[in-house]
Amino acid sequence: MEPTIGLLLALSFLVSLLALTFLIWAVSSRQMAFNQAQARTIFVAGEEGHADNPGISPNADDDTHHFDPARAGIDAISARPVTILLTTAVLWLVVGSIFGLTASLKLHWPDWLGDEAWLTFGRVRTIHLNIVIYGWSSLGLLGVVFWVAPRMFHTRLRHPHLAEVGALIWNLALLAAVFALATGWTDGEEWLEIPWQIDMLLAVASACFVLPLLRTAAARNVHHIYVTGWYWMAAICWFPVLFVIANLPGLFVGAQQATVNWWFAHNVLGLWLTPLGVGAGYYFIPKIIGKPIYSYSLSLLGFWALALFYSQVGIHHLIGGPVPTWVVTLSIVHSVMMFVPVITVAINQHVTVAQNMWAFKQSIALRFVSLGAICYTLASFQGSIEALRSINTVVHFTQYTVGHAHLGAYTFLSFTLFGAVYHMMPRITGCSWPWPRLIPVHFWLVVIGFTVYFVALSIGGIYQGLAMLDATRPFADSVILLKPYLESRSVGGALMTLGHFVFAAHFAAILLQRRPAAVSSAPMTQPVVAA
Amino acid sequence: MNRILPLSILALAILALATLMLVVVPGMQINAQPATPGLQPYTAIQLRGRQTYVSMGCVYCHSQQPRSTDQGPDGERGWGRPAIASDYAYDSPHLLGTMRTGPDLSNIGARLPNQAWHLAHLYQPRSVSAWSIMPAYSFLFEVKERAAPGDVVVRIPNGRGPKHGVLVAKPEAIDLVAYLQSLDRTMVAPAHAERDDGYAKSER
Ligand code: HEC
Ligand code: HEM
Repeated sequence: MEPTIGLLLALSFLVSLLALTFLIWAVSSRQMAFNQAQARTIFVAGEEGHADNPGISPNADDDTHHFDPARAGIDAISARPVTILLTTAVLWLVVGSIFGLTASLKLHWPDWLGDEAWLTFGRVRTIHLNIVIYGWSSLGLLGVVFWVAPRMFHTRLRHPHLAEVGALIWNLALLAAVFALATGWTDGEEWLEIPWQIDMLLAVASACFVLPLLRTAAARNVHHIYVTGWYWMAAICWFPVLFVIANLPGLFVGAQQATVNWWFAHNVLGLWLTPLGVGAGYYFIPKIIGKPIYSYSLSLLGFWALALFYSQVGIHHLIGGPVPTWVVTLSIVHSVMMFVPVITVAINQHVTVAQNMWAFKQSIALRFVSLGAICYTLASFQGSIEALRSINTVVHFTQYTVGHAHLGAYTFLSFTLFGAVYHMMPRITGCSWPWPRLIPVHFWLVVIGFTVYFVALSIGGIYQGLAMLDATRPFADSVILLKPYLESRSVGGALMTLGHFVFAAHFAAILLQRRPAAVSSAPMTQPVVAA
Repeated sequence: MNRILPLSILALAILALATLMLVVVPGMQINAQPATPGLQPYTAIQLRGRQTYVSMGCVYCHSQQPRSTDQGPDGERGWGRPAIASDYAYDSPHLLGTMRTGPDLSNIGARLPNQAWHLAHLYQPRSVSAWSIMPAYSFLFEVKERAAPGDVVVRIPNGRGPKHGVLVAKPEAIDLVAYLQSLDRTMVAPAHAERDDGYAKSER
């Protein structure tokens, strides 16, 4: 393997050289000049120092709400694409949860709904995964992006119609994908099940989102690009590239295909959903509190460390498998290095909330978002530890991983999204939430449901792994001992699903509510200049 | 950071680096190895069966990658010698799997070669192991008044079969079992095979 190692060394040298050149350029052209004042670009004059908690509390007078005519004009333009994205996302959440719950029940009632191929566990589970990832999480977070970006950049959204077209194609492609998967038409790799023909449609749709975001950023009325913008712009560039490479048909086989598979599967989390979610946290937390983030310069380190380390963690899914030792080790090292970006984000987001606990009590949107941020920290710590060889041996092939997946994909992303939706919808529709008391009901259903879900699978998964490692115990032991844990997961999952029904009903109600005439603002024709 | 272009370019460069490290270089190493000597390409029937395995999502419960004895008791359970990259030279999509709700199937053809056993198990896993949580694939079978010539008749133990008529395996079930029977990676691994040796005990 002499040539390979030589190549790797030459390569890492080249990369460091490039990075150094970039750094010199950046410092010399003052790209790195960084100060806390830039953290305030998310506010307009008069906003800082006031909590921003619109349309949520039962008593409307409690809402300190800074009305800004420029913002209202900006919002009127993004409202349509954002409403399309969020509405379809919520629909997918409901459908995806039903499939998730069905898959969960089938694991302990294996003969329930067993007479038809499309209802078999392998298909229901696949449909669940693809709906919650590409439907709920991706579309929902894109909705957040197109709502927040124009406000953050203090200018109206460019190419709103392109974003709408993207949303439309994306939804149609996903619908086709669900039918394909139900009938057994699949590419067969985890996270890449959607047939590549349909994936190409999704790739086109994702490309439709690039221009609106980048053009809006280019036309911004503030000098500085706030940290959220870095995460989102990077993510929106990464995704189409990732998605197309991973789905090119006939390029990879066998063990190499497995490395491509997990390179993609972890990057779709690390370079797509995570930056979208972290970026959302970086915006909503200071925005709702009305105070800038704790240490703005730390956020730069966090961003580039995430890009460098997260992009190379994927092969920790193949520990102990038939791929070269060094790639596995590389991914383990990067998994552990993920502590760096995660801790920087944690300091910034959690300290900001901790210093303003009054806002946490007052705003349920903040409660969702910051709980999501906390779960990002926890899921990432858990992931770094799970990648260690000694731990991975026990938990790798078990339900423990599913618990971990939901701590990340569910609590981090979904809670962030729930909070974002509660915050955004009153502005989008111009109405308050019709039944504010339902919001805590939703909150507690999903929090309690998830806790049951996670605790059950984490404990059950460890026992399952230990039983499989013990040569004196028959394999059957690992299956039999798991059943009560799988049943508990179904209980937790049912509570979560119920919570999603409550959320979706409330969402439908605010959307269909008749708007008060005063707020149905006329479309702005003049270019908007922010205060 | 106030420039969009450098940001996007650097972000994409980092992705390119990751692609090089996780996809290109390991791929070159893996592809430099010929298929494990003795490994047979799949026949047309086995490939059809493999397609059913893929479309039913068996991979979400069954891995096909035995670990080394230094890591776990896979060998003692009869799941096979440690998997090496060249064992998968004919596999697309790969079916390594990440879950062991059920046993590893890399060598199921060598361990359980009996067609009748597999057919009964697929029709109703709990007819074979009462504790099983594997789904029943009864829709790969049909109940007939009487078997036609050439039909593969399946007998289900423990009274778990249909009450009337005879149970006949559809072609999908027969092909799927042919695929399972073909899963045999018991041939000797060549000396310089690629696999994750990170658990190897130090005497190696
Ligand atoms: C929900 C998880 C699940 C799915 C999906 C699943 N299995 Fe299983 N499988 C199990 C469990 C648990 C066992 C062990 C109990 C048993 O023998 O039924 C098992 C056992 C087996 C065995 C016997 C292995 C041995 O060493 O005894 C074979 C063969 C098998 N499965 C094939 C398949 C095929 C083929 C499919 C897809 C059509 C499939 N399984 C889908 C869970 C699953
Ligand atoms: C609403 C209640 C939910 C239930 C009951 C549920 C249940 C399940 C089940 C049973 C699986 C299959 C696990 C297996 O193969 O053994 C699964 C997988 C998965 N679900 Fe969910 N789920 C729910 C919600 C969600 C949501 C909202 C998300 C993401 C936003 C999500 C993300 C995932 C992911 C990423 C996987 C793949 C896990 C892995 O392969 O390790 N789930 N879920």
